Parts: sequence; structure tokens; C-alpha cells
Amino acid sequence: MTAMTALLAGLLFGIGLMVSGMANPAKVLGFLDLAGTWDPSLAFVMAGAIAIGSLAFLIAKHRKRSFLGLPVQLPASTTVTLRLVLGSAAFGVGWGLAGFCPGPALVALGAGYPKAIGFVAAMVAGMLVFEVAERAKSSMQRA
Amino acid sequence: MLIDLANFTPGLSLVGGFIIGASAAVLLLFNGRIAGISGIFGGLLSLPRKDMAWRLTFLAGLVGAPVIASLLGKPAIADIQASWGEILAAGFLVGLGTRYASGCTSGHGVCGISRGSIRSLVATLTFMVAGFLTVFVQRHLIGG
Repeated sequence: MTAMTALLAGLLFGIGLMVSGMANPAKVLGFLDLAGTWDPSLAFVMAGAIAIGSLAFLIAKHRKRSFLGLPVQLPASTTVTLRLVLGSAAFGVGWGLAGFCPGPALVALGAGYPKAIGFVAAMVAGMLVFEVAERAKSSMQRA
Repeated sequence: MLIDLANFTPGLSLVGGFIIGASAAVLLLFNGRIAGISGIFGGLLSLPRKDMAWRLTFLAGLVGAPVIASLLGKPAIADIQASWGEILAAGFLVGLGTRYASGCTSGHGVCGISRGSIRSLVATLTFMVAGFLTVFVQRHLIGG
């Protein structure tokens, strides 16, 4: 059952990205190009998603368990760290270079675009570098 | 500032945003999890491997959505202007950066802001400013 609701959520996410136009990097770059002819559409995507999202979080705030009895797992960290800021900055540079963030890249991969497949492969490489660095750090701390 | 009226789609983008919000609501209220794509995807690469099933089905839905759309005669359009070099550099930076930042546009931008997280607000402002600056440098300083 939990796998089915996750599948539904994934499908909805993909449909939302396609309907909103955000699966198209040219449209995302149109939003990020403030100095060119600016396409404000992405702001409307965010507004729509946050409107529904905040309602869901309002309901979840008062619950320890989901409708299916699973624990509601919210991030515990509340401190702004250098790691958060530098990571987000690196992400933003990549986002601006290609017009892809992870969700739209996976949708374009599903649509069969070779460059989206290349982007996701490079994204996996970046994530693996993070995993290896984290493991090296934790094994040094143990030693 | 000039508005690109030819490509501006406030209605469709708002509706698409509602659907993305509904996706986040389903995952939160039924599975108890945050709909953050970099975290869901990155979790597959993390050890020890745990709760793989819902990650895999969520991602199958995300990747399968354009396949279904294409079968229904509405293929997803992705106009990718970046060169191969830019694509590979960008993918690497997005993968590395989102994992260090513990989130991307969905996890921080949509879910984090929805639950009033200051961390997510800072992350979102940071990656947006970095994105604005990158496009400015590329299109108006270098590309010209």
C-alpha cells in the first residue's frame, strides 16, 4: 500500500512538472534570466505548490503517524549551516547552467532526451562523491 | 525588466503547481515522507540501504509520467539549449550541491517553505540567486 501511494505521488509530481512547463529547461532558464525577457511562470508553480503543501503540513503537524500508520518524518535540523549555503549555491550554479533541477531532469529522462540521461548520470556521480566524502569523514571521526 | 508574454503561462503553471502540491500532500499524509526529489533519489545511493520500495515506486511514477503522457499523444517537451559540457558540469554540481544542502527545489523550495522552515527559505534564496547570477553571467556577460 505504501508503495502504491508513493507511486501515485511520483506520477502526480511528474504530471505537475509537465503541466506547469517546468520539465522544459528553456522555460526554467526564461525565469532565471531576469535581465532578458523574463518569464515569471515558475513563481506561479511555486505559489500553487506551496498553497497546497502548506495545507498538508498544517494537517501533518498535529499527527505522529500518517494515514497508513507510518511515522511522520520531518527534518530535525533547524540551524543554517555553511554546508547548507555552499551546497545550495553549487546547486544553483548547476541549475542555471542547464535549466534542470533533479525532478525535471528525471521527467526529461523518462521522455528519452539523451542530454537528460547525461545530466542524470552526472548527477549520480556528484551524489556518489558526496557519499564517499561523508563515509571518509565518519570513519576518520571513529578512528 | 521586460516580461516574456509570449511564453508566460500563469494559469497552467499555477495548476501544475497545485498538482505538485497534491503530490507532496499524498507522500506526506500517507507515507509520512517529504517529497524532495534529490533526497528520495540520493537515498538510493546511500548506505545502509533502507526503505527502498517507496523510493523506487515514487521515482518510477516520476519517470513513468512522461511515458504515459507520450502514449496519450502529449509528449513532454524539453528544449535543452546547454552544450554537452555544460550538461555534465551542471548535473555534477546539482548532484553534489543538493546532497550537501539536504534538498533541492522540491524538498526546500516547496516542502520546506510550506512547513515554514528557515533553513529551507535560506537554501531556496541561495540557489535562486546563484541561478539568476549564473544565467546573467552566461547570457549577458559571456554569451552577450
